[in-house]
Amino acid sequence: MLEISNLACTRGDHQLFSGLNFSLSAGELLQVQGENGKGKTSLLRTLCGFIVPAAGEIRWRGQDIRELDEEYYAEMVYLGHLNAIKDELNALENLRISAGLAGCEVDDKQAVAALRHMGLRGRETLPVKVLSQGQRRRVALARLLVGNAPLWILDEPLTALDVGAVGLMQELIGTHLAKNGMVIFTTHQPLEVAGVETRRLTLV
Amino acid sequence: MNKLSLFGLLRLVISRDLMLAMRRRADVLTTLIFFVMVVSLFPLGVGPELGMLRKMAPGVVWVAALLASMLSLGRMFSADYLDGTLEQMLLAPQSLSVLVLGKILAHWMLSGLPLVLMAPVLGLQFDMSVQSLWVLVASLLLGTPVLSMIGAVGAALTLGLRGGGVLVSLLVLPLCIPVLIFGTGAVEAVTSGMSITSHLSLLGALLVLALVFTPWVTAQALRISME
Repeated sequence: MLEISNLACTRGDHQLFSGLNFSLSAGELLQVQGENGKGKTSLLRTLCGFIVPAAGEIRWRGQDIRELDEEYYAEMVYLGHLNAIKDELNALENLRISAGLAGCEVDDKQAVAALRHMGLRGRETLPVKVLSQGQRRRVALARLLVGNAPLWILDEPLTALDVGAVGLMQELIGTHLAKNGMVIFTTHQPLEVAGVETRRLTLV
Repeated sequence: MNKLSLFGLLRLVISRDLMLAMRRRADVLTTLIFFVMVVSLFPLGVGPELGMLRKMAPGVVWVAALLASMLSLGRMFSADYLDGTLEQMLLAPQSLSVLVLGKILAHWMLSGLPLVLMAPVLGLQFDMSVQSLWVLVASLLLGTPVLSMIGAVGAALTLGLRGGGVLVSLLVLPLCIPVLIFGTGAVEAVTSGMSITSHLSLLGALLVLALVFTPWVTAQALRISME
């Protein structure tokens, strides 16, 4: 489904990686590894189309993602280092707005259910600025529950999460893969999903 | 789960920006108070000679509106840029131009519309006639959205730059000169008994032109800034 051929990325004069080839099909889990500064985030941002690759192609269902543009964006979710949530709004409003921007309208009931699943029961209507870092991350991750995009691109999804939430993420990724989803992620913490082999891509 | 229409997206973005502004009211008020203060300083500085005040009124109100709308430009995209919301907006499966148009309209409602509503009250300080006050409001109503739209392009281009706030004014102010000329021209025309249709039609034409092109240009500038 997602094919990367001969991909290269440069930032300024510095070449981060080149000649990168891999493909991802339905139900597969790919972990991008590498030391700090080796281009993990840049690779994920290139896959999102933020960065124009210096060389090579990224194809989704056989077509270049630059040509697909909005059709590709409808089928992917990206969660970056930044949570993309507003301090002034409460968790519920944040989730409904970010789901709306991602193209799907979510009613209060669905949003509350997603937040409760992420362990935020009783925090749904508190302004996000009073929540802890881990809880904010949970609000951001709740977006994965309300969409139905097959491709998830997760940049360090486990930062600031406690053991319980890491377990929840494993379960979430497991169910997504079982539904023929695809996940690409980076992390420095161990993340194994039961019954699924994690493919690894190491950037050097 | 329903798929959101383009109009639904426009409504979502506008209501979101208005809701955020209502929770952070100081930002909206500073623009308005700046406008009121700048306009009020002129009669105090120039002196109470009515003939002169009447003559300079449209220019003063328009220049103050221009400067006041520059104040809030920096905030148009920077908060969304810093907390990552802008990334998600670029990944929205609908037209980015429509989304940007929503942000521009919300910006105008928060920084342009209050100025339009306040202008007649300030005009009274300059002893403007009722007829010229109406024309002033009409010209501001047509002109201030153009300022927000041109400003959006500048704000998107200077996103993430150090000292972007000053740079955006330097970029945008020269481009706003036509709006200023036709805006003040309309009020001057009515006070000297001439027809105002040409000035207002030209302002309207600028508005339509900006409405068609600036959201798309801003969207492209945002994509460049995110790289």
